[in-house]
Parts: sequence; C-alpha cells; structure tokens
Amino acid sequence: MASAFEYAPAPESRAIVDIAPSYGLFIDGEFTEAADGKVFKTVSPSTEEVLSEIAQAGEADVDRAVKAARKAFEEWSALPGSERAKYLFRIARIIQERSRELAVLETLDNGKPIKETRDADLPLVAAHFFYYAGWADKLDHAGFGANPRPLGVAGQVIPWNFPLLMLAWKIAPALATGNTVVLKPAETTPLSALFFADICRQAGLPKGVVNIVTGDGRTGAALVAHPDVNKVAFTGSTAVGKEIARTVAGSRKKLTLELGGKGANIVFDDAPIDQAVEGIVNGIFFNQGQVCCAGSRLLVQESIQDELLDALKRRLSTLRLGDPLDKNTDIGAINSEEQLTRITSLVEQGEAEGAERWSPACELPESGYWFAPTLFTNVTQAHRIARDEIFGPVLSVLTFRTPDEAVAKANNTPYGLSAGIWTEKGSRILAVANKLRAGVVWSNTFNKFDPTSPFGGYKESGFGREGGRHGLEAYLDV
Amino acid sequence: MSEKSEARLSVFKTYKLYVGGKFPRSESGRVYEVTDSKGNWLANAPLSSRKDARDAVVAARKAFGAWSGATAYNRGQILYRIAEMLEGRREQFVREVADAEGLSKSKAAAQVDAAIDRWVWYAGWTDKIAQVVGGGNPVAGPFFNLSSPEPTGVVAVLAPQESSFLGLVSVVAPVIATGNTAIVVASEKSPLPALSLGEVLATSDLPGGVVNVLSGRTAEIATPLAAHQDVNAIDLAGADEVLAKELEIAAADNLKRVLRPQPVDEVDWAATPGIDRMTAFLETKTVWHPTGSLGASGSSY
Repeated sequence: MASAFEYAPAPESRAIVDIAPSYGLFIDGEFTEAADGKVFKTVSPSTEEVLSEIAQAGEADVDRAVKAARKAFEEWSALPGSERAKYLFRIARIIQERSRELAVLETLDNGKPIKETRDADLPLVAAHFFYYAGWADKLDHAGFGANPRPLGVAGQVIPWNFPLLMLAWKIAPALATGNTVVLKPAETTPLSALFFADICRQAGLPKGVVNIVTGDGRTGAALVAHPDVNKVAFTGSTAVGKEIARTVAGSRKKLTLELGGKGANIVFDDAPIDQAVEGIVNGIFFNQGQVCCAGSRLLVQESIQDELLDALKRRLSTLRLGDPLDKNTDIGAINSEEQLTRITSLVEQGEAEGAERWSPACELPESGYWFAPTLFTNVTQAHRIARDEIFGPVLSVLTFRTPDEAVAKANNTPYGLSAGIWTEKGSRILAVANKLRAGVVWSNTFNKFDPTSPFGGYKESGFGREGGRHGLEAYLDV
Repeated sequence: MSEKSEARLSVFKTYKLYVGGKFPRSESGRVYEVTDSKGNWLANAPLSSRKDARDAVVAARKAFGAWSGATAYNRGQILYRIAEMLEGRREQFVREVADAEGLSKSKAAAQVDAAIDRWVWYAGWTDKIAQVVGGGNPVAGPFFNLSSPEPTGVVAVLAPQESSFLGLVSVVAPVIATGNTAIVVASEKSPLPALSLGEVLATSDLPGGVVNVLSGRTAEIATPLAAHQDVNAIDLAGADEVLAKELEIAAADNLKRVLRPQPVDEVDWAATPGIDRMTAFLETKTVWHPTGSLGASGSSY
C-alpha cells in the first residue's frame, strides 16, 4: 500500500566516521598485527563495500592478549572500587560524546538502520557503563557477601547483531568487579570494538585491562580454551554455546551463555490491537529480526486472527526497507551473505512444508544483503519455521483457543529466552507470565532493555543473567 | 511351662528405592551388598539401572508442576514436617549413620541432628529467597519491571559419597526448597540412610515424585541422567574429578545447569550453608509491563 506522501531521503552523513584502511589487534594498550600477519575484510552489508582490513588473531595472539590481561589484573583488581568506577564513568561519558560517530560506524559495519543504532544501541551502551560504574565501589552491598572477589581474566566472545551493545554488556560488569578482559568481537562486525579500544585510550584505562582480539570462530575457540582464562562469557548460537560448555567442562572456568531463542508473542482476544501490532512489528522486525529474544512466533487467539492479521499486514506495508543510513529506514540489511543464505533456506523450507508465505510489496536494493519482511500463516508446531531460530525478519503465525493452549504452545520449544503477552486483563497477564518458561516476559510491550534489568534465558537459551545486580554474579567468585 | 527364647531373631528390612512416592525394587532385579565400615554385611541395596533413572525422571517431571506451583509457605511447611518426622526416627538414623560411616554413637547423633536442623533451616528459606534474590528494577522508562527467581526444573543430584546423611540432606533440601524436583543418587558405599530418608519423605506430606532416591553405582546411574533431555540441572557433588568432567560434557547436550563438585577436603557439611545451593538451581524471570507515565506528565494528584 503506497501512502499518499512518500518520504524524501534523509541520509545521515558518514563523514563523521574516519575508518582506517586496516586495523590490528588491541593488546596491552597497543594496536598490533597478528603474529602470522593474517587479515580478513569487513564489509558493509548494505553495499558490500569493503570497509577495512582486520587482523585475524591466531593462538599466539590470543595467548599474548591473555598474558597482558593477566598482568594487568594484579593492579586493576587491587584498585579501590571508587577508582575503577571513575574509569567506567569516563568511558560512559566518552561514549555519549562520540555516540553519533559510533552510531554511524555501527550502521555501516552491521547494516542495521541508523534509527536503531542512534536511538537504541548507543544510549544503552552508555547506560550500561554508567550503571556498572556505580557498582564498582558498592560490591559489598550487592548481596554476594562481604568483599566479593573478581575471578581474574575474562574471555568474552560476542555476536554481530548488537556489536557495541554486547561489548558493553560484557565489559562493563567485568571491569566493575575488578576483572580484566580479552574480548573477541564477531568476524563480520569488528569495527566498533576497535573504536572502543580508542575510547579506552582516551579514558586513560591502564594497559592490558581491555584487550580486543579480532577473528573468526577459531579465534573465539582459542580464547575459550586458553588455560589461563578464568571466566568465559559467550553470546551467540546455541550450537556454539554447547560446544563451549563442553570445552570448559571439568575446568574451574566460570561460564555464562546467552544463546538462541524462539520467542512467543501471545495475543489474546481482548488485547489492544493497534498496540499489539506495533509490539509484534517491534518484536520481530527490530534489527531485521536478528535478535535472540525476537518474538518470532506469533500466537494469536483464533477469534481475532483475521482482524489482527489484516492490521498487521497493513502495518507491514508501511515499513520502509533500504539504506540503513537513511533516518527514515525501518528495515536495514541482513548482516552477511551467510546469514541471508540461512534465512532464505529456512523460509523456502517453510513454504515447502506447506506454510503460507506473505510479504508486503517491497523493492530490494540491488547490492547488499536484503530480505523482505515476511509473514507465515498456516504454521503448525511441527514446521521447522516454528521450531528453529531463523534470526531474520520472518514471523510465524500460530493460533490458540484457550490460555492453557497458548502457554503449552509457547513453552513447546527447547529455548526459553523471551515471550510477550498482550491482553488488557491484569490477572491473565500475571497468570500467563507465571507459567511461561522464559527469562524475559514483556507484557503489553516488547523488546525493552535496560542496564538495571537482568536478561537471560531458561533451558537451551543458556545460563546466567546479564544486567542488573544479577549480572555481577558472573564476574565474582561466589 | 513354655520356655521363652532369650534371643529374638530380628526382622531384616528390605531396602527399596523411592520413586514417584512409591517404593519399587530396582527394575533390573539387581542388588549389591552394603557393608559397614568394618566390612560386615548390613543389607542388600537395590542396584539401580538406567531404566530406574529414566523412571525417576518421569516421576520428577510429573511432580514438578504442582510442587513448583505450590505456595512457598506450603513448601516451607512440608520441609519443616520432614524435620519433624526425622526427629521421631532419630535413633534409627543415628544407628544407620554410625554403621555407614564408622562413627561413634555421639558423632553420628551430631550428624543426624545437624541434618534435621538443616531441614528446618531450609524450611525457613522457601518464602524468603525470592525477596533476597529478586526484586524490582528501576529501569529508565515508564515500566513496572520485576525479577523473580523460579525453579529450573528437574535436578539430578549426586549425593556426596562420604557424608551419607548430613551431606545428602545438605544437597537435597536446597534443591526442593526452591520448587525444583529431584532425582537423588545416594552415596554408593553408604546408601542406607538415603533409602531410609525415602520412608521419611513418604510420610511428610511431600508429594510423590518431588524427591526420588536411587541407590547403586553412581557412574552407572549418573551417566543417563546427565545426558537426559528432560533433566534441567545436575549437581555433581558425589562425582570424582574424572566422572564430573564426563558428566559435565554430557550435560552440555541440552545446556543443563551444572553445579561442579568441590574437592572433598574443602567441604564442611556441618557448616551453615550459604544460599549458593539454592541459587544454582534458580532461573531469574524478568517481567515488564508499561505503567503509563502519569508522573512524567507533571500530574500532582
């Protein structure tokens, strides 16, 4: 449905970001090449333009980074909490100062709309550092006993869907509690972590407290397996999470995992339809659906199915897909060719299994990796699109008749990360929220995040919580 | 005149498993000899099989809904009731613990008393842990946002090998206090106090299936439990280093929560526990709801 007035292009300038042609690893406060000189390219998913050449860290580099972090740990952990706090406050402030630059950079490297990096990612990144800064000198009051101790060197591996936000989730609590870190950003989105290294420099953070090793899964595996790492934190796929759990088995390494999800968004017949539609859209099309807690299964009460789907389709027809740097863009590019292939193949399988596919009229740009917002109806619980995490802008619609059936269907998954409930009835919200096996339940809202609020999954969505007081536990010897 | 015999022949007890609130023999029909610390025969204990372990998981899963859904107050009452029942059978447990661990009467009594007190301690925790580890989160926006702990589900517990009763109670009570259900693998060498505990649990208002007690070879029973897709967590207290690593690897298949064993010489079961054994088997659920923004609009009522 074309609207009467089209939006004129409103591109954000990329001039604010100065991307170097190549970047090294950030170890012990210095940028250095990989020992064996290997590099890889990072591209902009919306244009396939090569943005920069990045060092691929091998085992020797990881070892060097862990050694630097170990060396730095002694002094860093011995600092009074109030001093560590001030470093973190500095970082938070510098992030706020440089947020426009970082937002543009993140959009270039990740492909997500500038609207999201500017209004969601960056404010949250700064807020996380600000929140955990305040904990650094109050750990005795965090509920883990008097004088809780840091663990040592944290090896952290993060995904490409929220590159800088996941960095903040990992690094802020680790530093606040007195640990030092070696962080590996995702292969397809290394740039904002390398810019963060520069922020550490500006903040005067002691050398070796934060180390960034770039590379692919091999780099991550080397980091996780390194014998001198005391704590492993991973956000990413469930398959890799299981592999990591096996790697650290029998060791003393503390482990937290934030893994996949197949979130149910349950809409009851008394829900405010327009608000629910906004929540559904936000739940599955935020960040092109590349969100572990995305509401990828819509469970709608049968009696309002037609009304809701009509409204939803109408709303989807107004979503604007295209240049992520355009401030009007709702849907940006898929992060990589590999991810696009995976989405495409799962969607084709959905069609082959008999589900009904629908997308609004939507022109895809000629270069870059794109996937139109997609809706599947006639989906059953047996369909693969209702079971597997697609990690793309693809919504499966299922129906239910009673609250019990809704709960049973919502819980019928090995995952347990997120869920949504839409109803005007308070008692129903509380009863259903109680029965859902998920770490985060959004009622009459969706995809809300806050540094004070613990986030994490049940079952195969991983273990441990990030954010809030709970997020400290992962980095303390308790 | 009839002669009254002075030596009365005692009645032996057939020790049985405790699964789903019932006392089955092992499905395998096997038993093994349990001896006291000097090697004297005490009883034949069931040598549980993989099938017994799977049956216990089914029973624990079936019991989970009602137990986790019971009020915390009710769970506290039942845990306290367990202490009451134990107190009444104190002498029996003192005897069994003394035999099992080669302790003097007084030392065994101290262990049993501490175990009874431990049930009382955890009975008091059931309706407090949520306040200690949960709470409202002051998010930067107009939302009501509450984090509460919830039980993780079915927990396989490998009871400590050395402390046949106090150690056992110390690992079982925290698991069920928070609403989980448990499959407990008793100390391999000294399973009798654990099997007798089943009899106490059966008469303590504890719903059948909440605690299931298996005896036998720890490694043989633990292996299928660690790999079981319907077990949510495993406490490796009773596993040695080699077995613990193997089980932790198996547990990764469905990302079970794993509580690693402490080195035996670092554990003091007599010490007052912290809350770690409860929090290890809790999930945190965070619920968000819009509040509207009356205050933000400047209303002063």
